Amino acid sequence: MINSRFFNRSELIGFIALAAVLFVILPLTLDVFRLNLVAKYLTYAFVAIGLVLCWGYGGILSLGQGVFFGLGGYCMAMFLKLEASSVENTKIQSTPGIPDFMDWNQITSLPLFWQPFHSLTFTILAIILVPGLFALIIGTAMFKRRVGGTYFAIITQAVAAILTILIIGQQGYTGGINGMTDLRTLKGWDIRPDHAKVILYFVEVVLLFACIGIAQFIRLTKLGRILVAMREQEDRVRFSGYSVANFKIFAFCMAAVFAAIGGAMFALNVGFMSPSFVGIVPSIEMVIYTAVGGRMSIFGAIWGAILVNFAKTSLSESFPQLWLFGLGALFIAVVLAFPNGLSGLWADYVQPRIDRLFASRKSKTDWKDNSVADGAPAE
Amino acid sequence: MSDEPNKGLLSPLRRKLLMGMAAVPAITMLPRASFAQAPATSAVNTTGLAVTDTEVTVGILHSATGTMAISETGSIEAEKLAIEQINAMGGVLGRKIKFIQEDGASDWPTFAEKAKKLLVNDKVAAIMGCWTSASRKAVLPVMEQYNGMLYYPTFYEGLEQSKNVIYTGQEATQQILAGLNWIAKEKGAKSFFFIGSDYIWPRTSNKIARKHVENVLKGKVVGEEYYPLGNTQFNSVINKIKLTKPDVIFTDVVGGSNVAFYKQLKAAGIDLSKQALLTISVTEDEIDGIGGENIAGAYACMKYFQSLDNPNNKAFVPAFKKMWGEKTVIGDVTQAAYLGPWLWKLTVEKAGSFDIDKIAAASPGVEFKGAPEGYVRIHENHHLWSKTRVGRAKLDGQFELIYETADLVEPDPFPKGYQ
Repeated sequence: MINSRFFNRSELIGFIALAAVLFVILPLTLDVFRLNLVAKYLTYAFVAIGLVLCWGYGGILSLGQGVFFGLGGYCMAMFLKLEASSVENTKIQSTPGIPDFMDWNQITSLPLFWQPFHSLTFTILAIILVPGLFALIIGTAMFKRRVGGTYFAIITQAVAAILTILIIGQQGYTGGINGMTDLRTLKGWDIRPDHAKVILYFVEVVLLFACIGIAQFIRLTKLGRILVAMREQEDRVRFSGYSVANFKIFAFCMAAVFAAIGGAMFALNVGFMSPSFVGIVPSIEMVIYTAVGGRMSIFGAIWGAILVNFAKTSLSESFPQLWLFGLGALFIAVVLAFPNGLSGLWADYVQPRIDRLFASRKSKTDWKDNSVADGAPAE
Repeated sequence: MSDEPNKGLLSPLRRKLLMGMAAVPAITMLPRASFAQAPATSAVNTTGLAVTDTEVTVGILHSATGTMAISETGSIEAEKLAIEQINAMGGVLGRKIKFIQEDGASDWPTFAEKAKKLLVNDKVAAIMGCWTSASRKAVLPVMEQYNGMLYYPTFYEGLEQSKNVIYTGQEATQQILAGLNWIAKEKGAKSFFFIGSDYIWPRTSNKIARKHVENVLKGKVVGEEYYPLGNTQFNSVINKIKLTKPDVIFTDVVGGSNVAFYKQLKAAGIDLSKQALLTISVTEDEIDGIGGENIAGAYACMKYFQSLDNPNNKAFVPAFKKMWGEKTVIGDVTQAAYLGPWLWKLTVEKAGSFDIDKIAAASPGVEFKGAPEGYVRIHENHHLWSKTRVGRAKLDGQFELIYETADLVEPDPFPKGYQ
């Protein structure tokens, strides 16, 4: 009963399908290497959920999600790097006990802002709070001044560029363009062997479903409806007495936190963090995953993140010289042919058939009702 | 279909290549062990690598796309050439080399992912790959975890040594010290100005160069400046050079920035035939982009120049051009990449096995007499003994060899007194 209220029928199907694939089918059919790759793809699914909330529902296009993905990832990586840089692991260095890249850059003691990352509790809090607060600052500065739309997108891009330059420039503190590599253990638990990868995969999938739950909850509350209303007619919402800026800030912060969780899981699963996930290009890629999957649909966006990344891997394995063209063609085809992404395709072609199967019950699940109708004034 | 590997063999150039090979005298100097009866697979492969009775699979992992593609393409070409030549001679332990090429896409995590794929999925016996330090740093933990063997071609900053990597390029001291000694002696240079791109390799190289200038040559570093990768505005540093008038400009600016740097230098009226400039980052490949007229007169410190006059190189350069076209140029790293498959083959034959542990153990002391740069030998620390050479850039984009060390220079990735 709860499900039928929390998810409508098509969402329930989507939920069950995703759960079946991620919890059962993939772990049973893939070897650990491929499963670990799926775990990597799923880290982008977190970003995609955030983008559905903030872009699909709230209409706020952020081209800087890589910033939050990166902040989350770097927080996690700093903790892991400190643990990997124990005195005995680093005795070959001029200053043992500090991360290797600091030693290469003639830094002789651990900088102050690294110190708290010895604590896992602090790190987990930081993964949520640092990107959350950063988004709050950007959001407040922008939305309170009613900067929106394209200008906001450009500013988020600028932030992504600035953060990348900062990370690369301060290589003694951040590892520079090399990033933080060779992450080994989490509280003494080796994250590199196969069984650890499997456990991390399941942890990640559970977290992903938790995020799906949160996002779905937000969508169904009044808050979600206000977001959609804002996207459609911002002024009317404002004249109705709502503080549009606060709602926007909230959506943007949520998207940032989701992206940061994805980033942290990335550092754990891949054992690696580098500025190449922070900049403009990865940020735009993240928007593309969401667009391909369908920005109006949480499940669509998740599938978008998985499938686009899968295509990226398999195309590049098969055609090392040409794969980028193939990927480009795929994006153009999807955007031209199915502007609502994969979820639009599902709603137009697959959904009607399923509805016919359920013909005994009166069908009211036209796609438009599913996702956009949340903005309808009454239910 | 990860089986693009055989593309090289199907190439129409193959026939030409083989004809060209007939003229390769250097080949005759190589051990002929590979023509002997091939030993049983079970004996030479005890760890489940991709070795059959007739074939052995290796990986090639470079950037075929992205910003680094322009630099790494030469390495891919050199490695394919070496593999073709080895196969034409009968392969390794009687097995033909088949390669699987993966694209690192100038993206370091992708390098790590693909390295893992090559080791875990394809079980390759060795990987020829990586170019930038960042990609190597990303791949290194994977190589160590899954016990692979990487042949890494680029000159790099040192401070690293691994059982699972053979460094076929120079580490920083091999590249820098002899060049500085030469220019100090030859030009009486006392003051140096350092300009580099801002990442680990230039910073480490300049740190070593500074210690050498100050402590050994008793000279002075009058300036040290770094610019982000891809930077194209060097006017302010050029003004500083004009003010400080250093005896030598020492540069490790990399990639596309070089084009802007040398053009602006020339436009600012700094004449490289009068102002000594020593670079450790410009090879024939880079001059292709910079233009010979913009850099003529500059000195480069490398271990290989395309113009080297020795029998090995005289066979190597035409073979390379036959396979990849008359217009291709061969830089230092391309040559080092060419060494990778050969050194691996020689090591496998020395060890009598494809097992990674045995190869790692057998590597020290392996010598390759057919190297285009001349004789090379693997050191206990998995780097190569090789000569340091100084060349002067000419208008036609080639280097004229000015100086080379009399002996092979010992690789010293953790130099005492330079840290």
